[in-house]
Amino acid sequence: MTKTGELVQRLVLLGPGLGWLALFLVVPCGVIFAYSFFLRGIYGGIDYVFTLENYARAFDPLYLSIFLNSAKIAALTTALALLVGYPAAYLIATGPRHRQVPLLILVMLPFWSNYLIRTYAWIVLLNREGLINRALVDIGLIETPLPLLYNEFAIVTGLLYGYLPFMVLALYSSISRLNPEIREASADLGAPGWRTFLRVTLPLTLPGIAAGSVFVFVLSIGNFITPDLLGGGRTVMVGNLIYDQFLSARDWPFGASLAFLLIGLMMLLLFAQAWAVNRAQGERARA
Amino acid sequence: MRHPIERRLLAGHLGLVYLFLYGPILVLIVLSFNKSGLPTAWTGFSLEWYGRMLRNQAILSSVGNTLIVASVSTLIATSIGTLLALGIDRLRPSALLEGIVFVPMIIPDIVLAIALLSFFTLLNVTLGLHSIILSHAVFNIAFVCAVVRTRLRHFDKSIIEASIDLGASEFRTFRRITLPVIFPGVLAGALLAFTLSVDEFIIAYFTSGAGSASTTFPMQIYAMIRFGVTPEINAVATFVLGFSFLLILLSQRLNRGVTP
Repeated sequence: MTKTGELVQRLVLLGPGLGWLALFLVVPCGVIFAYSFFLRGIYGGIDYVFTLENYARAFDPLYLSIFLNSAKIAALTTALALLVGYPAAYLIATGPRHRQVPLLILVMLPFWSNYLIRTYAWIVLLNREGLINRALVDIGLIETPLPLLYNEFAIVTGLLYGYLPFMVLALYSSISRLNPEIREASADLGAPGWRTFLRVTLPLTLPGIAAGSVFVFVLSIGNFITPDLLGGGRTVMVGNLIYDQFLSARDWPFGASLAFLLIGLMMLLLFAQAWAVNRAQGERARA
Repeated sequence: MRHPIERRLLAGHLGLVYLFLYGPILVLIVLSFNKSGLPTAWTGFSLEWYGRMLRNQAILSSVGNTLIVASVSTLIATSIGTLLALGIDRLRPSALLEGIVFVPMIIPDIVLAIALLSFFTLLNVTLGLHSIILSHAVFNIAFVCAVVRTRLRHFDKSIIEASIDLGASEFRTFRRITLPVIFPGVLAGALLAFTLSVDEFIIAYFTSGAGSASTTFPMQIYAMIRFGVTPEINAVATFVLGFSFLLILLSQRLNRGVTP
């Protein structure tokens, strides 16, 4: 084919998609990146005066504590997802081949249904008159209903519910790629099961653990719906804080700076994960 | 089995995981048929809440809006996303390109929402269903592109060369060979895009503008949840769950053998 023909073809294939993403993703992100360095106008607009004040303000103890709290909630969710998800993924990945895909689809199915509805289900389960409290009172375990809803416990439960399937999928793809003969060799050499797991399986599936953890952490820390609906309306996580700056406080520059700090944190984690995976693969190649 | 006890424990654990995943959903489904509508006691089977749902004008018009947004943004994203996947497939790997088609899938919704709101406001664009459609297409293009690329990776390119060598034109090769091969992927991508758009809340909320004319279904659900636990939501929830599970199972069938 001629050189121009090739060029035209590329333009037709890539042009619309890249153009769309440039116009409705790159430029809008550029706009809020610029906003994050401007002052808030008197009536909630933008005063085009350069400032670093918004970023400085984000490190004010009040806002810093919200960032740290979000990180804590996300970390807790990630740890729980790993603890619950690993044994599940392990069983699926080491089970009979024809059962793996159906079992995995069964794990992923809820992940693809409406997030609001799935969050709402926990309001029904956890509220004072909810099923869990009723059941606990009925069997006489407690006298008065427990405050299960509108706190961090509810948020972590909701996030875990939302993102556990993701963790299982990441772990499954890592564990299922393991050669079962390596485990068998370890066992044949006399290592007990737990030792084979700790010294062989776990280190070899670290890339999957890293990928699943980073994704669950990133999705959790940037979440808005769960803290909003299960957290009881208080501003507990960065997502709510950004939302408030845009829709109630009308301080767009500050909200934009918070968004970029969040993105910066996410990028750092994604790069760290990519680096860890590369390193692990390099080591395996050398071994 | 070398360790039957260990595996039995693991199986018990997996059972609990499924209970955790499906328990809350089943509760909503059962409650949607409860006459009293309350989670406290079962007072008999009833379809009353479904009747109320179907008579609720706000719900019906929001469903209509969502169907418009989802179909149009899916049409845009499927055509553009498929072209993009074909284009990227021909290029040498590039980190920048990978980044730009990966970002829409991972960027927090709230960040994309405020970015698009700022962008539309800056340009004085009137907000409404059209701005939601433009916004939803952003992440939908990325997802369609990702699904089609998976399909392309499993596709033996030598068939294309053979076709060209045998004298078929570039276009004819595309229509008779490439398109039929990737078509299940395109369809699966479209279904995924449709599902994501039907479910998406925050970006729609920020880019819909004021007024109820452009309220989408998730926005309506959010308003109902915020308003308080009304039994009608259970019926709505069951309806939505059934609908999205159907779509996903369909897309799984289409993409069988390509993704696990």
